[in-house]
Amino acid sequence: MNSFTYHRATAIGDAVQEKAEHPGSAYIGGGTNLLDLMKENVERPTHLVSVGKLPLAAIESLPDGGLRLGAMATNADTAWHEDVKQRYPLLNQAILAGASPQLRNMATNGGNLMQRTRCYYFYDLATPCNKREPGSGCSAIGGYNRIHAILGTSEACIATHPSDMCVALAALAPSVRVSGPNGERSIPFEDFHRLPGNEPEKDNTLEPGELILSLDLPAQGFSKNFSYLKLRDRSSYAFALISVAAALELDGHIITDARLALGGVAHKPWRDQAAENLLKGQPATAETFARVAARVVENAQGQGSNDFKIELARRAIVRALKQAAEGTQKASDVFLNSNP
Amino acid sequence: MSTTNYIGKAPSRVDGPAKVTGAATYAAEYNVPGLTYGWVVSSPIAKGKITKIHADEVLVLPGVLQVFSHENVPSLAWFDRSYKDQVAPGGSPFRPLHDNEIKFSQQPVALIVAENFELARYAASVLRIEYEAAPHETNLETKRQEGFEPGRGKTGYMPPPPPRGNPDKAWEEAAHRMEAEYVHGTQHHNPMELFATTVEYHANGKITAYDKTQGVYNVQAYLTKIFGLSKDNCRVVNEYMGGGFGSGLRPQYQVFLAVLAALELKRSVRVTLTRQQMFSFGHRPHTLQYLKLATNPDGTLAAVQHHALHETSQFEDYTENVVNWSGMLYQCDNVKLGYQLAKLDVYTPLDMRAPGAATGSIGLEVAMDEMAYAAGLDPLEFRLRNYAEKDQNMNKPFSSKKLRDCYHQGAAKFGWDKRTQEPRSMRDADGKLVGWGIGGGAWDASQMKSAAKATITADGKLLVLSASGENGTGTYTIMTQIAAETLGLPLEAVTFRLGDTDQPEAPLQGGSWTAASVGTAVKNTCEALGEKLLKLAQKMEGSPLKNANFEDVEFVNGQIRLRTDANQAVVLRDVLQASGEAKIEVDGSAMPNMVKQMPYSMHSHNMVFAEVKVDEDLGTVHVTRVLNAVAAGRILNQKTARSQVLGSVVWGISMALMEETVMDHKFGRYMNHNYAEYHVPVNADIHDIDVIFVEEEDDIVNPLGVKGIGEVGMLGVAAAIANAVFHATGKRVRDLPIMIDKLL
Repeated sequence: MNSFTYHRATAIGDAVQEKAEHPGSAYIGGGTNLLDLMKENVERPTHLVSVGKLPLAAIESLPDGGLRLGAMATNADTAWHEDVKQRYPLLNQAILAGASPQLRNMATNGGNLMQRTRCYYFYDLATPCNKREPGSGCSAIGGYNRIHAILGTSEACIATHPSDMCVALAALAPSVRVSGPNGERSIPFEDFHRLPGNEPEKDNTLEPGELILSLDLPAQGFSKNFSYLKLRDRSSYAFALISVAAALELDGHIITDARLALGGVAHKPWRDQAAENLLKGQPATAETFARVAARVVENAQGQGSNDFKIELARRAIVRALKQAAEGTQKASDVFLNSNP
Repeated sequence: MSTTNYIGKAPSRVDGPAKVTGAATYAAEYNVPGLTYGWVVSSPIAKGKITKIHADEVLVLPGVLQVFSHENVPSLAWFDRSYKDQVAPGGSPFRPLHDNEIKFSQQPVALIVAENFELARYAASVLRIEYEAAPHETNLETKRQEGFEPGRGKTGYMPPPPPRGNPDKAWEEAAHRMEAEYVHGTQHHNPMELFATTVEYHANGKITAYDKTQGVYNVQAYLTKIFGLSKDNCRVVNEYMGGGFGSGLRPQYQVFLAVLAALELKRSVRVTLTRQQMFSFGHRPHTLQYLKLATNPDGTLAAVQHHALHETSQFEDYTENVVNWSGMLYQCDNVKLGYQLAKLDVYTPLDMRAPGAATGSIGLEVAMDEMAYAAGLDPLEFRLRNYAEKDQNMNKPFSSKKLRDCYHQGAAKFGWDKRTQEPRSMRDADGKLVGWGIGGGAWDASQMKSAAKATITADGKLLVLSASGENGTGTYTIMTQIAAETLGLPLEAVTFRLGDTDQPEAPLQGGSWTAASVGTAVKNTCEALGEKLLKLAQKMEGSPLKNANFEDVEFVNGQIRLRTDANQAVVLRDVLQASGEAKIEVDGSAMPNMVKQMPYSMHSHNMVFAEVKVDEDLGTVHVTRVLNAVAAGRILNQKTARSQVLGSVVWGISMALMEETVMDHKFGRYMNHNYAEYHVPVNADIHDIDVIFVEEEDDIVNPLGVKGIGEVGMLGVAAAIANAVFHATGKRVRDLPIMIDKLL
C-alpha cells in the first residue's frame, strides 16, 4: 500500500524538527493541493507533518501599522477578516476570485503560496515533465499550452503559478516569515517564488525544512484605488488565463504610487516594478494605461495555444488600471462576481 | 374534478426523497460481504504493443489477488458478434485485455484486484509495463482527404438521402449565397457519477452485476455471450444513475473487467473508473461540417448542401445522423447531403445527447443565420419563408409539427420584434454589446418494443415493473403518473420499479423514446389489469357495472365507474376484497403501430432564442437569457420535462462557450482529462432560462401522444448563442467553443 506516516505537530519547533528528521516528508496544511498530487502519484511523501493545528491562524495588527496573516488562517477567514476587508480589499477580491467556497474553507495562507502548477503535463504521469521529473523534458513546449506562461519562461518549463491570492500579495508586497533548521528569517514576497530557469522542480526559495509562519503586510493597503480582474474560461472555479492586481495612490488625477502584478502569465506571480515606475507621476488616463500595458507585455512570448494571452494581458491591464483609478471595486462578503 | 388525473400535471419526483437522503443506491455503493476491489491500469501510449508486464512484482504484495491482463485472460467468446451490443456500430468491438495491441491512449491494459481499494490502487501505481510504441494519428485535420462513407451498421443510423433537384447549378445561379466550414472539437459525456460495477458473486456461482448502464438487458446480453453464462445466472441491476447522456448506452469496459475478475476469483468485485478514465471511451466526435446555402430573390432557399466528416476509431465505424436534418428542416428542392468518417487512433465515439442532431444543428442553424444576413432578412422571418410543410427526405407529411407556434410564441415572449438587424447595433446600460440569435432543430419521435408487469394487492397498492432506466430524466415519476391515472389510484398507492433484468424487458434508455415506449407499455399493462378488475367487479353481488364493456367504464379516485354516470361505481378496494385474491397480476407490452405510423414523418421540434452580452475588450461572453420553445407532443410532467429542457440549455451553453476535450497529438492523448480543466458551466455562468411547451396533439406517434424530450431541448442552443455573438460583435465564430481568444 502507498503507506505514509503522519505526525500532528504540537509546536513550530516540533514541526521543523520532525520534517528535518524525515527525508521525503512534507508539511500538510489544508491539503487541498497536496492530496490531489498524492492521488495522482505526482508527489509521494513518506511522512506527513501536519501543521494545521499550530498556533499560526491569527490575523493581527503589527506595530508598524501592517497586518500579520497567520500561515494557518484559512483563505476564507482571511478574505472575510474585517481588517483585510477594510485595509486590503484587493486581497479580499483576489482570494474570493479563486477556487470554490469549500476549497477556501480548507486552504491555508501558507498552503496557497505552496500550491503547485496546474500544467496538464505536470499532472499526467504518462507525459514527460521537467518539473515533476527533472531532465525528462517539457511537454507543454510545442504541446497544448493554453494555460501556460508568456513571461519569464525557460527552455525547461513554461508552467504558471495558479494562485489568485498570490497575485494580490505580489502587489501588496508582504514579507514571508519562515522558520527552519537554521532559525527564523523573512523573505520579501517578490523573492519567495522563482522563475523556472534550469531548475523548474523548484517553485520557491525556501530552504529545505523551512515552514511559513506568516505573511506580514506593510501598512500601505491601497484600499481606495484597486482592482483585481480575473479572466478565465468560465465564471467561477477556473484558473486565471490572465489576472491583474492593480493598485494606485492618486493625488487628484495624478498617480503618486502604483502596484501592478499579473497572474496566469509566469512561473511566479508577476510583479512589474518598471511598469509601476512608469505609472508614477503620470495622469490616470487611458493613454497612460495603454503605454504601461504595452510595456508589460513587451517581452512576452507566446507558445502557440497561449499566444492570445499577450493581447489579453495588455487589455486586462488597461481595464484593471482604469477600474482602480475609478475606485469602484469594493471588498465583498460573497465572492468576486463576474456576472454581467 | 378528479384527483387521480396526473398526466400533464407537475408532481415532484417520486424518487426525489431517496436521492436527497442518500437512500438511492448507485452502482459503486452496493456493499456485499467479502468484496474485493479492482483498479484499472491505463495505457500511456496511443498505439503500439505491450512487450512485458511485470505482474510478479506486485503479486508478491500481501492482499493483491491477481493482475489480469492479456497474458492470463481465460478463453472467452471468439466471434465479434458476441461482443456486439444493441447499439454497436459496424466493425469489431473493442475487447478489453484481448491481446497486446494498444489501439488508443488510456486503453485498459490490466486490472489489479486486491483485498482493499487502497492496495489495488497502490499496486497499479508501481506495476511496471513495458511498451513498444508505434506511430499514431489522432488529428482529424490530417484525414480530410481520407474520408469514407460508412455502411448502415448501427441501429438508428440513416445514410443521407440521395441528392434532389440540381443543387450545384441552383447554388451557382442563385441571387444570394453563402459557404462556410463549421467545427467543434471532441466532447466527453462526463456524467457526475463515475462508471462503476459491483459484481456480487453468489455461492451457487450466479452473479449479480450492479452496473452503471442505460440498459440492463443490453449488458446482460453482452455478458452472457462473452462469458458463456445463462441469463438465469447473470442478473444485471441499475436502479439509479448519476447522469448518462448516452455514455451508458454501450457496456463499458469496467463491467467486462469486474465480471471477468469475479468469475475467475469466485469473489465479489467492484471496479470504479477514475475521472481521468472517464475520458478513455466514447465521446461526441470531433466534426468538420461544410455548408453551402443559396436563396432566391424572394428569400426562399434555392439550394442546401451540407457535408460532414468526423472521426471514428480504427476498429469501429461509429455513425450518427449529422446532415440528414438539413434536407428536412426547411423547404428546398435542390439538396445535396454528404457524410463521411475518418479513422484515427482513438476510442470509438458514442452517442451523446442528441447525437448527430446537436452537431448538425450547429452547422445548419449558423449557416441559416449567415444566409439570412446575406439575403438581408431577419433570421426568424427567413425561417418562416422556408417553413417545411412536409418531410422532403421521406416525402411524407409530419404526424404533427407545431414549429410555427414555437416561432411565434417564442418570439412574442422573448421580445424578438425589438431586435435590430444590424450587428453591433444593440448595447446594454453598461455599454456592453448585446446580441440576439436563434437556432433550432428536430429529433425523431420513436417508439420501441417494451414490456411491463403490473400487480395489485388486496390493500389497493399497485406495483409496476419494467427494466427501463432512470438517469435523472424522471422515468420513475412519469411511469408512476401513467399507472396511477390509468387505474384511478393515488400516486402514493403506486410503486414503479425499473433497472433489473428480473423485470420485463424495456429498451435502452436513450433516443428520447422512453416515455413513448415504456409509457405505452405501462398504460397497456395497467389497462389489461383494469380489464381483469372490471370482470371481478362484475362478479360482485349487485354490481352496477354488470353489463358494462371496458370502454364504458373509467378508473378514477379509487373507483371503477360508468363514464356516462359517475354514480354507478364500485370501490376498487372492495372489488379486491370481494375477489378473495391476495394479488392480481398481468404482463403486458407495447409495440409501435407501424401501419398507422408508416405514412408519416414523426418528429419533435424546437426554436431557441438566446441573448448574449459581450465585453468586447476582454472577449468575455455571458448568456443572459435563453428561451427554448419546444413542440414535443404531449408533456407528461411539466416539472420534470421543464427540468430536462433547462439541463439541455445549460449543456448547449457549455457546447457554445467552453466544452472541449483537447488532444495533444504528439502523445495522442486527451490532456484536459479532469473536471478542473474540462470546463462545463458553473452556476455563475447560468442566468435566465425559460421554457415554453407549445400544445401539440398527435395520436399517430403512440397512444399517449408523447414524442420525448431528452434530446430536442439541446438542439439549436449552441447555434443560437453563436448567432447572438455575431449579432453582438459582428464576428462570426465558426469553430466552437467560443472562448475568450476567439473574440479578441
